[in-house]
Amino acid sequence: MSQRKDSWPLWEVFVRGKQGLHHKHAGSLHAPDAEMAIKNARDVYTRRSEGVSIWVVPSDQITASNPENKDSLFDPAESKVYRHPTFYEVPDGVKFI
Amino acid sequence: MTQQEALFEYCLRLGDNGLILGHRLSEWCGHGPILEEDIALTNIALDLIGQCRMALSYAGTVEGKNRSEDDLAYLRDVYEFRNVLLVEQPNGHYGDTITRQFLFDAFNFALHQRLQFSSDEHIVAYARKAIKEITYHARHSSEWMIRLGDGTEESHNKVQESLNDLWMYTGEMFESDEVDQLMVDAGVGVDLKIVKQQWDDSVGTVLAEATLTQPEDGWMQSGGKKGTHSEKLGFLLAEMQFMQRAYPGATW
Amino acid sequence: MENLTREKEFQAKLDREVKIEPKDWMPDAYRKTLIRQISQHAHSEIVGMLPEGNWITRAPNLRRKAALLAKVQDEAGHGLYLYSAAETLGVDRIDLEEQLLDGTAKYSSIFNYPTQTWADIGAIGWLVDGAAILNQVPLCRTSYGPYARAMVRVCKEESFHQRQGYEIIMTLAQGNEAQKKLAQDALNRWWWPALMMFGPSDDNSKHSAQSMAWKIKRFSNDYLRQDFVDRTVPQAEYIGLSVPDKDLKWNDERGHYDFGPINWEEFYNVIKGNGPCNRQRLKTRNASFKAGAWVREAASAYADKKASRKEVAA
Repeated sequence: MSQRKDSWPLWEVFVRGKQGLHHKHAGSLHAPDAEMAIKNARDVYTRRSEGVSIWVVPSDQITASNPENKDSLFDPAESKVYRHPTFYEVPDGVKFI
Repeated sequence: MTQQEALFEYCLRLGDNGLILGHRLSEWCGHGPILEEDIALTNIALDLIGQCRMALSYAGTVEGKNRSEDDLAYLRDVYEFRNVLLVEQPNGHYGDTITRQFLFDAFNFALHQRLQFSSDEHIVAYARKAIKEITYHARHSSEWMIRLGDGTEESHNKVQESLNDLWMYTGEMFESDEVDQLMVDAGVGVDLKIVKQQWDDSVGTVLAEATLTQPEDGWMQSGGKKGTHSEKLGFLLAEMQFMQRAYPGATW
Repeated sequence: MENLTREKEFQAKLDREVKIEPKDWMPDAYRKTLIRQISQHAHSEIVGMLPEGNWITRAPNLRRKAALLAKVQDEAGHGLYLYSAAETLGVDRIDLEEQLLDGTAKYSSIFNYPTQTWADIGAIGWLVDGAAILNQVPLCRTSYGPYARAMVRVCKEESFHQRQGYEIIMTLAQGNEAQKKLAQDALNRWWWPALMMFGPSDDNSKHSAQSMAWKIKRFSNDYLRQDFVDRTVPQAEYIGLSVPDKDLKWNDERGHYDFGPINWEEFYNVIKGNGPCNRQRLKTRNASFKAGAWVREAASAYADKKASRKEVAA
């Protein structure tokens, strides 16, 4: 992070496209504080009515998983097909399931 | 003055305020203090130009002489413009621009809030669209007044000076004349005394939070609403109207 | 040794068209190349605001004024998306901006040409944005995730730019004699610089081969330039303008237009800083950056004060 007084911190912006959808990462921007980050996000990321709600988070507050651990974190799930509905057979004649 | 003439004047005032202030803000595009702010200012400029187009088209209809929004924007001379003097003031530094915007937004907000209940349905439609935009403008300029006022010593001094310089242009916004009176009587326009009360409240609150000193009401400049302008407007028009004047009658 | 295996794995990933994400391991040179390319691209958007911004206050009617304003605002947005993408590689935007301001970073040379008439706004939209789109669409599939995603956004928004440019030029070309002259004059001045936008020919392009292997770049300079000529010449003909190239003709055998030699001396001269507006553009950027410093500082100071007041209250 730059320590310059005329440089603002970085924020991550999440936008809800319409009611009923998740907030989705839209990008990032610089702002001096949270209020301004919301305002800037509105101007930068919803110029073409892309959203109905905005979250902003200081970028340095996000903890990310380490890609080095990708195999141990995510591969085990691949063998657990029983979590998906297509694992179970249902005869064609049975409806609404 | 007939009611139709008054309505025409009234729409010109609305439209010209948007046009001239929108133009001034558009001069910032590409030169803002930071990228995010460049984008924000341009959004506001675009809103104002949009509002001006609605108001000027309606003015043309009311006048009934077949003048389009562009005829009105590009083919009138200084004395025919009806914007308040405040909005034609040059951009100066960012503090000057924000102060000009803040003083105008607070007025524009109170005005358009009430225009939504006009007896003229065109004005209602225009005001309903505009008020959402102006609400945002007022928030933007207030947030910045607070940050510049209560920021560094340098920013505080700069913006205090902007405020002192521009204060004498605020009185004109609330001056009521025959046009205003006719429009209030017809239920079309807004009583500027009420607008002034609201303006006093909102401006006072923000200035206090911004740790800025509200200037004394001294001599107030006026004339814009009647077509008497500063020397600056002529240059603005010379630039804005260049193409239409150099190539008369062409389609763009 | 370990690095060598990693580089192999990295290349294998690229070959399988797997996107690289910010925290993934990547070769230093890949990171550097990306930072250079993405920031140059961002700088181009920012400097590109100036020649067009030059006409915002003189646009001939309110519709054009609003469209141009929105377009130049988009450029600012695109610059911002791209700087954000570069920042995921571990650099700060302000440091990248400094490189632009002190003249060490490059940006697209096209913006060192002046916009002297309103027709230039049409020509820029039509030719310059047209050329830019051909460069940018393949970048939506570039190997670095954040860059690709930024480009998807940029391309989505760009699509109106070229149309508005062509519409401006077309209106002029179909207008009165004076307007036609404006349109032809603009095409005369912008045609060759637009062709130069694709960069040096493939034999002389120093970064191309590695960038292609890394899938940062997907098509060669000459391939894209030819594509541009093939698309644009009929567009000029359609509105009755003539392309200023006496060697230009359709080649049935190749299925492409042949076109005359590019003046590479001019190209390198403008890159070196001798274009008509190089100095002016940098001076303008520096002036805005400097004039804005107290504003940015004020907002930072206010944020600090507010944060410490909160702490005291808590």
